[in-house]
Amino acid sequence: MTNNLRVKSSKFIDETYKISFKFNNKTYYGYKGDTLASALLANGIHLVGRSFKYHRPRGIMTAGSEEPNAIIQLHINTSRTEPNVRATEIEIYEGLEASSQNCWPSVNFDIGGINNFLSPVLPAGFYYKTFMWPASFWEKYEYFIRKSAGLGKSPTEPDPDMYEHRYIHCDVLVIGAGISGIIAAKTSAKNGFKTLLLDEKPYLGGSTIHQNSEHFKINNQISSSWLEKEIHEIKKIDNLEIKTRTSVAAFHGYNFLLARENLTDHLPLHQRDKKIRHRLLKIRAKKVICATGSLERPLIFDNNDRPGILLSSAIEKYSNLFGVACGQKNVLFTNNDSAYETAISLFQKGINVEAIIDNREEVDSKLIKEIEKNNIKIYKGYTVNDTFGYRKINKISIMQLSKDGQKVVGSKISIDCDCLGMSGGWTPAVHLFTQSGGKLKFRDDDQVFIPDKYPSDQISIGSCNGEFTLDEILTGISKRLKDFLNIKKTDYENLEIQSHFNKTKRNIWLLPSDKIIGKTKPFVDYQNDATAKDIKLALREGFRSIEHVKRYTTTGMGTDQGKLGNMHALGIISETAGSRMGELGTTTFRPPYTPLTFGTIVGRNVGEYFDVFRKTPIHDWHVDNKAKFENVGQWKRAWFYPKENESMHEAVQRESKAARDSAGILDASTLGKIDIQGTDASEFLNRVYTNAWSKLAIGKCRYGLMLNEDGMVYDDGVTTRLDENHYIMTTTTGGAATVLGKLEDYLQTEWPELDVYLTSVTDHYATISVCGPNSKKIISKVIPNLDLSDKKFPHMSFKNTKIDKVKCRVMRISFTGEQSYEINVQANYGKSVWDKCMQAGKEFNITPYGTETMHLLRAEKGFIIVGQDTDATMTPIDLQMGWIVSKKKYDFIGKRSLYRSDTIREDRKQLIGLITENPKEVLEEGAQIVLDASKSPVEMLGHVTSSYYSPNLKKSIALGVVKGGKNMMGQKLIIPMENKQINVTVTDPVFLDKENKRLNA
Amino acid sequence: MFLIHCPYCGEREQSEFKAGGEAHIVRPKQPTELSDDQWAEYLFMRKNIKGVQFERWVHTHGCRKWFNMVRDTSNDEIKATYKMGEKPPTK
Ligand SMILES: [Zn+2]
Repeated sequence: MTNNLRVKSSKFIDETYKISFKFNNKTYYGYKGDTLASALLANGIHLVGRSFKYHRPRGIMTAGSEEPNAIIQLHINTSRTEPNVRATEIEIYEGLEASSQNCWPSVNFDIGGINNFLSPVLPAGFYYKTFMWPASFWEKYEYFIRKSAGLGKSPTEPDPDMYEHRYIHCDVLVIGAGISGIIAAKTSAKNGFKTLLLDEKPYLGGSTIHQNSEHFKINNQISSSWLEKEIHEIKKIDNLEIKTRTSVAAFHGYNFLLARENLTDHLPLHQRDKKIRHRLLKIRAKKVICATGSLERPLIFDNNDRPGILLSSAIEKYSNLFGVACGQKNVLFTNNDSAYETAISLFQKGINVEAIIDNREEVDSKLIKEIEKNNIKIYKGYTVNDTFGYRKINKISIMQLSKDGQKVVGSKISIDCDCLGMSGGWTPAVHLFTQSGGKLKFRDDDQVFIPDKYPSDQISIGSCNGEFTLDEILTGISKRLKDFLNIKKTDYENLEIQSHFNKTKRNIWLLPSDKIIGKTKPFVDYQNDATAKDIKLALREGFRSIEHVKRYTTTGMGTDQGKLGNMHALGIISETAGSRMGELGTTTFRPPYTPLTFGTIVGRNVGEYFDVFRKTPIHDWHVDNKAKFENVGQWKRAWFYPKENESMHEAVQRESKAARDSAGILDASTLGKIDIQGTDASEFLNRVYTNAWSKLAIGKCRYGLMLNEDGMVYDDGVTTRLDENHYIMTTTTGGAATVLGKLEDYLQTEWPELDVYLTSVTDHYATISVCGPNSKKIISKVIPNLDLSDKKFPHMSFKNTKIDKVKCRVMRISFTGEQSYEINVQANYGKSVWDKCMQAGKEFNITPYGTETMHLLRAEKGFIIVGQDTDATMTPIDLQMGWIVSKKKYDFIGKRSLYRSDTIREDRKQLIGLITENPKEVLEEGAQIVLDASKSPVEMLGHVTSSYYSPNLKKSIALGVVKGGKNMMGQKLIIPMENKQINVTVTDPVFLDKENKRLNA
Repeated sequence: MFLIHCPYCGEREQSEFKAGGEAHIVRPKQPTELSDDQWAEYLFMRKNIKGVQFERWVHTHGCRKWFNMVRDTSNDEIKATYKMGEKPPTK
């Protein structure tokens, strides 16, 4: 066999530019303009992979994005390696290396091929029936399934390429640059609409551009020449943006679309540096014109999957676009006139066509006459009933169809061939239309689904709308565009069209065979190896819904989403079940239309930009002082500051002890801060907090608990009255945004009569908390002229003051139980005030502590952390915080819910303290709490919410929630762990300084 | 993704907004007067209509105003948006 099947130079191929590439470790040559598929075919290679289940040899079947078989792995063992690439889409470049994906150890010898001979035991649903039971065996099966299934390899190194997103707003988006798309884009742009034209191919013109036949003419010019001139013209229009190699992935509601623009995949690797690889276009179009074309249907007959069997239109494309003959002895098999177009094309290029097998019995057209004139044998009323050849087709057998098309009759005729083209008519590419919410209707004449109801301002034109022939496309297009764009005239009003295409078709979804169906392999979904036999089995087993049959047989569930075979699956279901196809409906087409890389989806949101984070003004100091950080909401908070060789536990123990022995300092800048002003500010606080606020004196602080309307604790924090009508509220770090949102909601929708203004000032202030017995001495050094006496500046009060010339607010509030001062200063002074405090505290061994120590210190005092000790099921009563719920207030958010029948139950989970029998034993947070672990089923009473080893009490302490815990003081309970049971005793949640003496120590 | 007409800002992307459940449920003025059942009716019971539904939305990443929307949940068509306190459109 010759190794070069180039037949004629093609204007789409640059034969002066030779490119070498590797496929399965062997070097080949192709030309600039080739796809990997066309270059392989030019080298006589059809066999490119193995099928998914039976590991049957498979070849290139199509010339486009619908390819089910030629799935390859690019650049194996490099950081750019990529699985599931369709050889029909990737353009070759110098240095391209690709390998077959679904075969092991090699494409020519494949161990899994044995499945082919085992296929009687591999029917539809086999995986469900066998491997799923018993469940414990699944792990073992999975290993082998994955190994032989050929799912491709993902890269193990970071992606070296760059990706980005871009928003585009346009008046008119045209999807598809075939003849309809070109006409639409030109009409739209010339009428002043800002127009965007997209096509997934590297060239414009769709399939018409290589249509080089005297039988198809527009205004007396061959259709391709006519279209070339149009393309030449549209490139000059200013308000028309054209993007090739751009595939629309998704069409969402309100004309919002996602498209992937491929910018470097066709370039040699060394030219890709510093360039964007893929760009995700987020398009909002006022109007959308779908001109997405149609996909040729295969025919379903026994062994219709051998390498060398292609779609008829693909053979035509390989010869016209790439100058490649797919075979030297070609046979075409068809149920419509399309294959004759292919035959004429091949004939013109000197490629031999042995015969045409046509399902139709009595049929004639100008195309058919021309074939007959050239002495190509046509078998009318025949079907292919079998094919032969293991690694490549070498022979077919044909038989006559009975009148009703349900049987084969007569004797078999054998025809030698090395390539078989099949055409089962065309399926409109309505995927994007249906994604947008469009409803289809079924056209019985030629058995196609076409757009019916448009959900947004859009139309479908050309073959995606079921207009398949040149005359059908062009006669109506002018009026449709005028109506849609609301314009008076187009350039395409009176086109003279010659189109010699006989539109009759003989549609038989499953072609009959001389064998019983159980002995045949008519593939419907090539990628997932689903046959007509499987679909019939599913129906026999009682499946009726197309969605169920699809999942049971895996038809249409590959990466190609069954672009080729879905219609046949539907057809076979409807024929077998006796239902009408139009009523059966189609399966749902989901985005993306063709697979997207992860890089395209994430764009620039990688590395440190993956999830943006917030830093406090003192962040750099924490970094310089080796803090470990913890993520709280979007904040990076200092977690603990390990000294040399210190473990986390050691650091936290040291920090916690220092804070109580002398002084600690905490960056509390992340706490949410909401500035509240207005004449009704006090009334507003009364309504949102559980306690009373009207009588809070100016200059005083108060702790508040905020509930949801269902009575459950939502947030907490200290609010300070700065002035008569001016408060500053603090919220938890994580709750800041939602608390503000909730308050705004009530103000705008329930209480618009209140004169209250809310402003988030979280980022405007740095908050530095200094605590411990020496805190007063430190603050007095930092702010010498502030009277810190307990009388002048008692606990829960605030002062406006200055540090040097910088205004600041100092609150004397405490989350640790120690005497403690919180300095709030304009954010940009935060770092310098922090430095001052550190300097002043040096002699007292002031110790910076992080969130872990803060949590430990507050747990010693039994202070809750909303979200850690509470979930959305804890009322203040459950938390033993009934003291903060005002009995006098008429109403506040959540009040009514506090005495619903469910919230007053005595056996609700309630907050308690836990002391371990062994004081060294620290409980695990989240551990279950039970009374009796010996009786099964064991009743879960609750769980541990916070647990630490307290260096100040020298014992393990924990908080937890336990059913009816309030009345269980002193009760012994059990924490069952994997290898042991830990004995605990229920205590009061306040472990340290119950009398609050330390606050004023 | 919807295009939403904020009654204060005009047409914006859905990503700037948040949905806030059923509209026109008024918080009882005197919750303490209500029985458990009456309170539960306010607290928990929401319609989930296939078809035209009245909803609350907020322009979170914009003017932060709450407003109401009439939306057909079967096809996501937004029939109208209007300010809080305004009467819903009758058609
Ligand atoms: Zn707005």
